Amino acid sequence: MTTPFYVSPQQAMADRAEYARKGIARGRSVVVLQYADGIVFVAENPSRALHKVSEIYDRIAFAAVGKYNEFENLRIGGVRYADLRGYTYDRGDVTARGLANVYAQTLGTIFSSAAEKPYEVELIVAEVGDGPEDDQIYRLPHDGSIVDEHGSVAVGGNADQISSYLDQRHREGMTLAEALKLAVESLTRDTGGGERSLTAEQLEVATLDRTRPQQRKFKRILGRQLARLLEPDAAETPDTAGDGADSGPDTPEPGSSGSGKDSPDAGE
Amino acid sequence: MEADIRTTGRLPAAYLTPGSSSFVDFLGRHAPELLPGGRTLPPVRGAVEAPHGTTIVAAGFPRGVVLAGDRRATMGNAIAHREVEKVFPADEYSAVGIAGTAGLAVEMVKLFQLELEHYEKVEGVQLSLEGKANRLSTMIRGSLGMAMQGLAVVPIFAGWDVDRGVGRIFSYDVTGGRFEEQGFAAVGSGSVFARGSLKKLHRPDLTERQAVTAVVQALYDAADDDSATGGPDLTRRIYPIVTVIGDDGFRRLTEAEVSDIARAVHDQRLQLPDGPRAAPL
Repeated sequence: MTTPFYVSPQQAMADRAEYARKGIARGRSVVVLQYADGIVFVAENPSRALHKVSEIYDRIAFAAVGKYNEFENLRIGGVRYADLRGYTYDRGDVTARGLANVYAQTLGTIFSSAAEKPYEVELIVAEVGDGPEDDQIYRLPHDGSIVDEHGSVAVGGNADQISSYLDQRHREGMTLAEALKLAVESLTRDTGGGERSLTAEQLEVATLDRTRPQQRKFKRILGRQLARLLEPDAAETPDTAGDGADSGPDTPEPGSSGSGKDSPDAGE
Repeated sequence: MEADIRTTGRLPAAYLTPGSSSFVDFLGRHAPELLPGGRTLPPVRGAVEAPHGTTIVAAGFPRGVVLAGDRRATMGNAIAHREVEKVFPADEYSAVGIAGTAGLAVEMVKLFQLELEHYEKVEGVQLSLEGKANRLSTMIRGSLGMAMQGLAVVPIFAGWDVDRGVGRIFSYDVTGGRFEEQGFAAVGSGSVFARGSLKKLHRPDLTERQAVTAVVQALYDAADDDSATGGPDLTRRIYPIVTVIGDDGFRRLTEAEVSDIARAVHDQRLQLPDGPRAAPL
């Protein structure tokens, strides 16, 4: 008869955390920054079809790194939660805080349940308010804790390094072009100190723009508009140009879909 | 469902189950009591008294479609409300106008709007116009039980078909039957008169303003002959709701724009009460 091998609870948890962290660290980071008119999400993502940043509800968006099928599952759960809550009560009763709590409970239960493998994901849930002081950004690591963030935040592979870079340079009231350029600079800094360059095609950018007239504030920044904002001398272009005429928040540009051969969680 | 989350704190497994992009399907599986068709109705004798919305008209023109409705809701022979809104945006490129039991109609519109938005968020692309029209058909069929008890909801769905570059109009019956209309359509108690009016006024080559004038004329005629349809109320400044959907999306005309046209129509009717005979638009 064999004696069951004893593993202390501390050791079991440490192993699980280590496992999840390794999975998350394989992917590229996502950064989220507050700017004057809202919150901007920037991710390195070669795929046009598989998103790391998505709309959840009117003022709430979701960003994630890690294993694609796991965070996609959580994203859809969040959309279902938000839509059902808004339908049962009122659209105004759907909040990022409520959603972050549900995600935290979900991740926490999965993390501490011996029957399940921990999720290799790290999430951000953000809600744009009427003014910058009302913006809310929550970071949710794999173990189900919640961190209330302000200004700027990064998740994923080089998160610590990118965060400290952003902390030093991010300031309140940046324009969208400034915030976007800072985000891209932070993403291009490699661990080795060397710098890579990122083109508009490799980036997934979206905003929660409080100045948008529509009820749904989420908007992807695509193609020409993104290239224009990334130009070195881009005087702040009115980023809402053509916004009135543009379609729904999630409508992809013509011809932009179907090239999703690269999965956004592809390990580098 | 809410209680489910409160007791366990985490998202129930149903939320994380991969599958349908439809919000209605999700509700059907996990909270069927929230679906209009999922309710069991007590047996009733005779018709249920509830406010009814009346006339909705739609007309196409080369660059889009116009969808408009009067503002009256009636309960029996009484006017229940004078400022009811019966035309709503369904999403960025489509709108829905509803005649029938007001309470259920508004609920159905809310669910339909959510259905389209939910699909768009989950899938990352919008449904085709054809797909949207079919979803509405299924939803009407789902509440057939209530329709049989006199609580019918009959919509008109109009939208811009992004793929084909044309405006299209769909009408429905209580059983969920879906019919694509050529040119113009009307539903509700005043629809017979509105349709007759549009038949005379509508041409396929109208400008947007002419098309809007035509539907306002049609609503005027419906109000003239149907007691349940409200005409433009110049004393209270209540005008029909007029929406236009073209390749730049949904737009609801401002009160000033509609009052301008409604007053012009009214002024003509002071001379010719039965409607225009020459150069009508």
